[in-house]
Amino acid sequence: MALDVRVATSMAEAAGILAADQRTRLLSGGTLVMRDVNEGRFLDGTLLRLTDPAYRQINASGARVELGAGATMAMVLANRDLAFLHPVARAVGGPAIRQMATIGGNLFAETPYGDFAVALLALDAQVMVQSGYGSARAIAIEEFLNARERGGAGLVTAVQFAKPQNAADFRFRKISRVKPKGISVMSIAAHLPNSGSRITQARVAYGAMAPTPVRARGVERALEGKPLDAASVQAAKAAALEGTRPATDAIATEWYRREVMPVHLGRLLAGEGR
Amino acid sequence: MAKSPVQFRLNGSDRATFVDPGDNLLTTLRRGLNEFGPKYGCGQGACGVCTVLIDGEPHLSCLTLAVACEGRHVETVSGMADGPNLHPLQTAFMDNFAAQCGFCTPGMLMAARALLERNPNPTREDVIEAIAGNICRCTGYEPIIAAILAAAGNRSQRQA
Repeated sequence: MALDVRVATSMAEAAGILAADQRTRLLSGGTLVMRDVNEGRFLDGTLLRLTDPAYRQINASGARVELGAGATMAMVLANRDLAFLHPVARAVGGPAIRQMATIGGNLFAETPYGDFAVALLALDAQVMVQSGYGSARAIAIEEFLNARERGGAGLVTAVQFAKPQNAADFRFRKISRVKPKGISVMSIAAHLPNSGSRITQARVAYGAMAPTPVRARGVERALEGKPLDAASVQAAKAAALEGTRPATDAIATEWYRREVMPVHLGRLLAGEGR
Repeated sequence: MAKSPVQFRLNGSDRATFVDPGDNLLTTLRRGLNEFGPKYGCGQGACGVCTVLIDGEPHLSCLTLAVACEGRHVETVSGMADGPNLHPLQTAFMDNFAAQCGFCTPGMLMAARALLERNPNPTREDVIEAIAGNICRCTGYEPIIAAILAAAGNRSQRQA
């Protein structure tokens, strides 16, 4: 057997092909799948290309943002309505990778990659998944990522989320040893909406602190209903490691990640430089 | 598995070849079309030595499916010079001693070209950002950054 390539012209067709054949993998931007092909981890099966223009569409002019799963990081960077996400897209690889890497692909990137998914988790995104020829259904991104860890999937067609009312309410930081393009020691995204100078519906997410991006629920509890001041930042730092399961890899040890996470979280919340 | 035909423009010339379905663009260029400008480095998208321009944008040819290039315009370092006249970036790389082993140079030149096409007057930070996906193990990057800034300066001087 060898690799085959098929082309689907609609998302329904692609979802049907993926559902019918377990050995078919969707080639979105190629940065993950082609690596597996080059290294001999995917030699026998079908690469599926999807040419439906809707797969790459971005709709960000209104209060609700929809990013087609095939939209690239470069497309996000070119969209003025998504300025609050530019630091996140810019944190993914160099310019060539950003021309290729897609929103949908990033949801499947193994830790310590997948920095854009961390931001989407902090934004409470919904992942649109089409499992066959029917219409796509919305899955909360946290549920989607948990299913990914257990091996579940379908065709991801898009992600949707409410645009932050104030761009300053959304913060993102990627910590890496090599600047400007290194792989994540960790990444942190926080969406901290204010109501009467108190935080409501705080969402904080980590990358590279568990097998998938995870919510920092202890931090969220520590911030909820509080003003963002020294006391709440200190409380958040104290709760920073709740629910984390960092790994030791070529970038950092599990010990190091635990040691430095509260420091970087504190700096992010306090609006300090690195 | 039957081979598939693929046609695209390569450095301004129409080229056609047959590829295995899973072949990447880099393999197609080097083995199928004898275009040895892009190098095979990591095969993972980490080193940038295989960088080419596809429809004017930088892409990693090792991670690009060859059949997906049908009808597109692929540019490699071999197409940078205008006959015997080197591209200003190539001249600047020579003048600034921006190559040692030379393995990263084709990818660096293509990344730099993509930058200057988009931003003819880059800052030092712009240059660093543009070549962030390209690894050089010899130069320490400083001569490369200087060369790209010099080429940008030369271009803006010529246009003034």
